[in-house]
Amino acid sequence: MAIQAQLFITCLAEQFFPGVLQGMVGLLERLGVQVAFPEEQTCCGQPFFNSGYQTEARELARKWLETFGRTHGFIVSPSGSCVDMVCHHYPHLFPPGTPEHRLAEETAARTFELTQFLVRQLKMTDVGARFPHKVTYHASCHLLRGLGVREEPKALLQNVRGLELVPLSTEETCCGFGGTFSVIYPEVSQAMMEAKVQSIEATGAEVVVACDAGCLMNIAGGLRKANSTVKAMHLIDVLTADRGTP
Amino acid sequence: MSQTTAPIDFRANAQRIPPKMAASVQKATAKFLGNRAALVEALGNDLWQTLRQAGHDLRLHAITHLDHYLEQAERAVTAAGGHVHWAPDAAEANRIVLTIARRHGVKKVVKSKSMATEETGLNHAMEAEGIQVIETDLGEYIVQLLGVGPAHIVVPAFHLSKEEIADLFREKLGVVADAEAERLTQVARVKLREEFLTAGLGISGGNFLIAETGTVVTVTNEGNGRMCTTIPPVHVAIVGIDKVVPDWESLTVLLKLLARSATGQKITCYTSFISGPPRSPSETGPREFHLVLLDNGRSRILGSPETRETLLCIRCGACLNICPVFNTVGGYTYGYPISGPTGMLFASQILGMQAAGGLPFASTLCGACNDICPVKIPITDILLHLRHRVVEGDEQEGAVAPAILRAGAKAGSVALRTPWLYRLGSTMLKWLQAPLARDGWISTLPPPLNRWTMARPFPAFAPDFRGWWRSRGRGRQP
Repeated sequence: MAIQAQLFITCLAEQFFPGVLQGMVGLLERLGVQVAFPEEQTCCGQPFFNSGYQTEARELARKWLETFGRTHGFIVSPSGSCVDMVCHHYPHLFPPGTPEHRLAEETAARTFELTQFLVRQLKMTDVGARFPHKVTYHASCHLLRGLGVREEPKALLQNVRGLELVPLSTEETCCGFGGTFSVIYPEVSQAMMEAKVQSIEATGAEVVVACDAGCLMNIAGGLRKANSTVKAMHLIDVLTADRGTP
Repeated sequence: MSQTTAPIDFRANAQRIPPKMAASVQKATAKFLGNRAALVEALGNDLWQTLRQAGHDLRLHAITHLDHYLEQAERAVTAAGGHVHWAPDAAEANRIVLTIARRHGVKKVVKSKSMATEETGLNHAMEAEGIQVIETDLGEYIVQLLGVGPAHIVVPAFHLSKEEIADLFREKLGVVADAEAERLTQVARVKLREEFLTAGLGISGGNFLIAETGTVVTVTNEGNGRMCTTIPPVHVAIVGIDKVVPDWESLTVLLKLLARSATGQKITCYTSFISGPPRSPSETGPREFHLVLLDNGRSRILGSPETRETLLCIRCGACLNICPVFNTVGGYTYGYPISGPTGMLFASQILGMQAAGGLPFASTLCGACNDICPVKIPITDILLHLRHRVVEGDEQEGAVAPAILRAGAKAGSVALRTPWLYRLGSTMLKWLQAPLARDGWISTLPPPLNRWTMARPFPAFAPDFRGWWRSRGRGRQP
């Protein structure tokens, strides 16, 4: 039987990165994964949880679990922070011993960020992509430290034909997004983002890759503001850009 | 909460820092982090992780049996001839020290570095009573000359250059010295030597308090700590009740973690153990030893299961050094003597959310602090709970955020968890943005989102995936 993946598209990617989502469907299908899209999904509740609104986050978690809890197979998402929310924070929103807590733990156990899914579950680091460009990689905080995904995205990039991966000195430093942090403390967020943009430019790369919509909004916006020629792309965009143009 | 304090405005503070602050801070933190990383590597990551877990377990054991170990420490100190005082809050701690000082007719106090006394504002309290207070840690001495508090819990003047310090010494001490570390240290050393010899009271903090022998442990790199605790006739140590550890075995683990994490040293130049006053006339040292055990909100923190691991902190400062926010704004922006990630935990819980409710939000939740913490405090999880306390309230404190925010969050969550409303909303946003969007970007948004667009454009809404998915499904099905 084919491996099944339920798309957990996340609200940010849905609102701003439809191309990434379409690319994810194409990529998974190309690898022989049977893709389904639970249409009732909305937001996982992370923005509420991270802002302290645990009551509201719990309601959104309930809705998410109602949608995904009854599906089968893997749940796969193009965002590390949303997966971190489901895997690490959902179980704490419901008291241990309750059916909701059990459902949260069971569902979390089959929820994966895309690179985690490709590398750890499908054991695949070469997806047959071609992208003849100089690329650098920004590690999204919740993917890196929340989910412990450090090497997987880079392993995938290293196997892309023609791609030259150059190190980013600030690879593991936060870009300053931080969800509501960016509007509560905008000047600090800006300074952090500008430092990130400068270090990206210093690599001489044509493209900076990240695996989270939040970081991409921040970094891509910052690059645009700085009139930079560097392009910010989701890893999926690189893995599916077989025409070779960034 | 017990103290009434003007609210800390992190945003305004951040905007007041000098432009070169970030660069100075980063230069210093990079050095500490580099030294630390080299030692961790030398030890091997497996052993380091084992040590961290041991440190975590020891500290958690100590704070969950705090009553037991504090009473044990009290008995040991008393048996050794020392005096133990319990200070429920900052004001009481200061009052206790002032009473001791008055009884001995003290005019001048020398202090070694102590964050507990920064927390209580002891210097101001003593100066208000006409007692001269001299900070003798070089960094503390420098910031005291500047008239400010420490900018970092381990290295108080870490953000200042040698040139700035030379200028300060010329201005305040009337001494012209080259901007070289050794020369400047010599200047301070000469000045301080006189103070040690003429002070009536020495005050120290304590990095640890060993319960089994009632021993105050100080971990320092300058000789000043020993001068303060041995030369003046009376020594008062002010120690937070969270600093107690069961025994000397526990200490060996924690010292390894502390020195490496704080300054990137295997062991600091001085690790001093103070177990009461001299026991016979042939022994030297202060004839009176007082231990002030400071609560100041700590037992309340202990009462909150979600946040009590705050008290595991051994004040190494590693979370400050690694924090990208701290590295951008420096220590003073936090408006509290303890700054950075651990400072946000302490300040917001000790001062309460009316005063410090903005601090738990001054983090991107990047989690670098969690990974570097030598005693594995789940810092971002605690911050998340403190944010919850601010906006929704918990068993410790009612919500302090404006009710309108709560109402907005509620409305937002209803919209986001109702699929048809969510889809309608995203379609509406797509149409509403039309006059604002150019080339897939929106350059200016109305408040509060102008706080985003002041720094970078906002991506245009493009909620097109569902339509694509459906049309694809229709294309496939016969």
